Amino acid sequence: MATLTINGKSQDIDAPDDMPLLWIIRDRLGMTGTKFGCGMAMCGACTVHMDGQPIRSCITPISAAAGRQIATIEAMGQDDVGRAVQQAWTEIGVPQCGYCQSGQIMSATALLKNTPNPTDEDIDAAMSGNICRCGTYPRIRAAIKQVAIKQVALQGAAK
Amino acid sequence: MNDFARLILRDAPAGPLSGSLPDSPARRDWLKAAGVLTGLVLAVGASGVVRAADAAAKEEKKYGADGMPHGTVDDPQVFVSIGKDGIVTIIAHRAEMGTGVRTGLPMVVADELEADWDRVRVVQAPGDEPRFGNQDTDGSRSTRHFFQPMRRVGAAARGMLEAAAAKQWDVPLAEVAARNHEVVHEKSGRKLGYGELAEAAAALPVPAGDALRLKAPGQFRYIGKDSRRSVDIQDIVTGNTHFGIDTRLDGMLYASISRPAVLGGKVRRYNADAAMKVPGVVKVVELAAGPTPPVFAPLGGVAVIAQDTWAALKGRQALEIEWDDGAHAGYDSAEFRKTLSEGAGKPAKAVRNDGDAMKALRGAARRIEAEYYLPHLAHATMEPPAATARIVDGKCEVWACVQSPYGTRENVAKHLGMDLSAVTLHQTLLGGGFGRKSKSDYAVEAALLSRAMDGKPVKVTWSREDDITNDYFHTVSVERIEAGVDARGKAVAWLHRTAAPTIGSTFVADAQGQQPFELGMSAINIPFDIPNFRVESVPVPAHTRIGWFRSVSNIPHVFAVQSFVAEMAHELKRDPRDYLLELIGPPRKISPADLSDGWNYGESPVLYPLDTGRMRHVVEVATREAGWGRKLEPGRGLGVAACYNFVTYVATVVEVVVGKDGSLSVPQVHVALDCGPQVHPDRVRAQTEGACIMGLSLATRSEITFSKGRTDQTNFHQYEVTRMPEAPRDIKVHLVEHGYDVPLGGVGEPAVPPFAPALCNAIFAATGKRIRSLPIKDQLQART
Repeated sequence: MATLTINGKSQDIDAPDDMPLLWIIRDRLGMTGTKFGCGMAMCGACTVHMDGQPIRSCITPISAAAGRQIATIEAMGQDDVGRAVQQAWTEIGVPQCGYCQSGQIMSATALLKNTPNPTDEDIDAAMSGNICRCGTYPRIRAAIKQVAIKQVALQGAAK
Repeated sequence: MNDFARLILRDAPAGPLSGSLPDSPARRDWLKAAGVLTGLVLAVGASGVVRAADAAAKEEKKYGADGMPHGTVDDPQVFVSIGKDGIVTIIAHRAEMGTGVRTGLPMVVADELEADWDRVRVVQAPGDEPRFGNQDTDGSRSTRHFFQPMRRVGAAARGMLEAAAAKQWDVPLAEVAARNHEVVHEKSGRKLGYGELAEAAAALPVPAGDALRLKAPGQFRYIGKDSRRSVDIQDIVTGNTHFGIDTRLDGMLYASISRPAVLGGKVRRYNADAAMKVPGVVKVVELAAGPTPPVFAPLGGVAVIAQDTWAALKGRQALEIEWDDGAHAGYDSAEFRKTLSEGAGKPAKAVRNDGDAMKALRGAARRIEAEYYLPHLAHATMEPPAATARIVDGKCEVWACVQSPYGTRENVAKHLGMDLSAVTLHQTLLGGGFGRKSKSDYAVEAALLSRAMDGKPVKVTWSREDDITNDYFHTVSVERIEAGVDARGKAVAWLHRTAAPTIGSTFVADAQGQQPFELGMSAINIPFDIPNFRVESVPVPAHTRIGWFRSVSNIPHVFAVQSFVAEMAHELKRDPRDYLLELIGPPRKISPADLSDGWNYGESPVLYPLDTGRMRHVVEVATREAGWGRKLEPGRGLGVAACYNFVTYVATVVEVVVGKDGSLSVPQVHVALDCGPQVHPDRVRAQTEGACIMGLSLATRSEITFSKGRTDQTNFHQYEVTRMPEAPRDIKVHLVEHGYDVPLGGVGEPAVPPFAPALCNAIFAATGKRIRSLPIKDQLQART
């Protein structure tokens, strides 16, 4: 039995120690926003936040997630940066099929929280683990920059 | 209808058998070659070729949507319903895999209906072609085939609302007009909302013929306007979507299947003891080996059924299976490349033969030749194949991410031995399709496993390894082109030999030689101003499942043709853009039949002639916008490529920077796209941007190779695709503006093929290194 805190809600899960967080989230908890793409941390579709850092839930065993704060795409609307990222994605029309976009948004949100005004190189580094087969990369880059510009403007206004 | 019949009706409605081809010896050869498959396709027995030809001659040939199974439906009572609250519900009947069609076609209905988009809801249709018309979402057809029918749906519904209002007010119909979700009587200033009129309108006859008034294009509210409109985007960014893999039903079980890694392989024996000991595993089920030809049937294997995906995966790992690899166990793609190359080096059957290319080559002042190689590719949709099925009271329900919901329903019914009416196909969103999800083998697996579990709901999820190991692969090919030029540098002869396993082999055992619809993807229908033009198709066997992959045979053909044009330009010391325009020649409209193309993407040669003026124009636009001819620093280069595919014209200019260390980057891409009028320009741009990146992936990184009959790649660490750092920083899409003087062209696929040759032409301009074999991988590092 492990205790997981997902999107602020603590719950006891009875699962094998090696069961990846991805399948706990999807099959046991029925939250399907987090996607399966490769099962070996090569594509980023399963990205969630653990204590604020982006991780690949497909290779993170439940034993490593116990006691940590896990956040999924379903909670991004309650997060200021997450909401700004979702809004930019919508305004710029980033998604095509949309399947990878949960993971893209989770990686982009983590990037913008850690680095509010990322350079192109920062974006490359933070987003290189997330594959988009539809090829939305240029719009993802543009959306990240749009969030950054708005955030910097907001911070400027606050000062 | 069998799978190939659907394919061929989709992709090649008996074109070569229509009798409309000019009577030249080569064309008769081509007819014969095509007949081997098309006779079977039409399923008219042993003497099929002749009888099919007779039948085709008697029956008027149908084009476009009319040539597709179940054609189109334009009944507003099928597609539109309006509630008393005024909410307009529109059915989307095509599969959404990222093109935006679930938004675009309902937008067409809403526009003609004068509906306020904020009060429109979109509902996805189940697989039911007799009711909705053709639902087979591939071939870049959805908008081009359903634009007009959906206009009629909206206009008819608007007409009914207007008639209901006129009747209620007792005024002439001509005095009322629908405007933004209400019907207005200007004279009296009266208005009635759609919700208030819905019930009365529904009882009125559906306007048809002259009573149906379409808008003038100038009156469009949504069609052709720039917007980010999307019915799914809010759910996508909040993780609230329902893809095939996301289906959840009460009491659902989860399956993972170990399939033969080699085409035609079978389970010799297996031991499930260890698998059954894995906690959560419920049952192990053997699936019968797949048939030859493979069609859209499951491959067979051993399935582990469990209480969650993880238990199923672990149980599967614990299976001990001894395989009989079968007839293709020797498939080695490096060896096969030699077979292809040898084939391309010898004369083969002509599939287009204008003039006498052999003689013209012998007499040419100069001969130029080159050979190109393109490997197998895997689709690698981000959502792997997945489907869920349950069987209750003799009825089967399936939820699946499929491109052809009705074809899937037929396939499931056939494999279960059920009546079609007992099978329901619920269409989910697709996490990418690219042609892979036209083949519904995974939906059949789910249905068979549900039956094995007494009808309990079973979800089959393919792992990435399954997806890459057992894809319907893009073909592999060698393309050899030789050209002759006269003393003044004018091209006088063209000989193209194309050697690739055919998609036909998936439907007809041992089929060899590309089919008319494959050759009609930029092998034969090249509109160059060259008098002696010969294309030969080399018969080669297939050793794996071959399927269509976004833009299909255009990928190898356009790569070869457009690389070769630049090679000719270089040899002749001409500017590649100018030389390409010279080969395209003056603006003229060519009947596809004059290029030996009886297919033309299924479209009418009258409505859709090959217009070299439009082809020239996209070349001119893309090169002008890219600043063609500007001085570039060393290591930088521009390359251009153009093609006609899916009845759309596209030219791509790629700018590259190649470092001294062989590093490659693409700072900018300009694409000029002429797809006729656009319904949703932002989605046209998005598709074009994505097509460039798919083109970059296949040009630089992606390759499936085979050893001992199985793929050497299993996941994204080996099957590489473009990621963020390598993606072009800037892709500028220039859409050619049209009125409605030309019909709509395809959008989803056309920008894939020109990217790789434009890239390689740019690399040549930057470095002098000519890439003739894809993917590029480390070929630039070898440069010293």
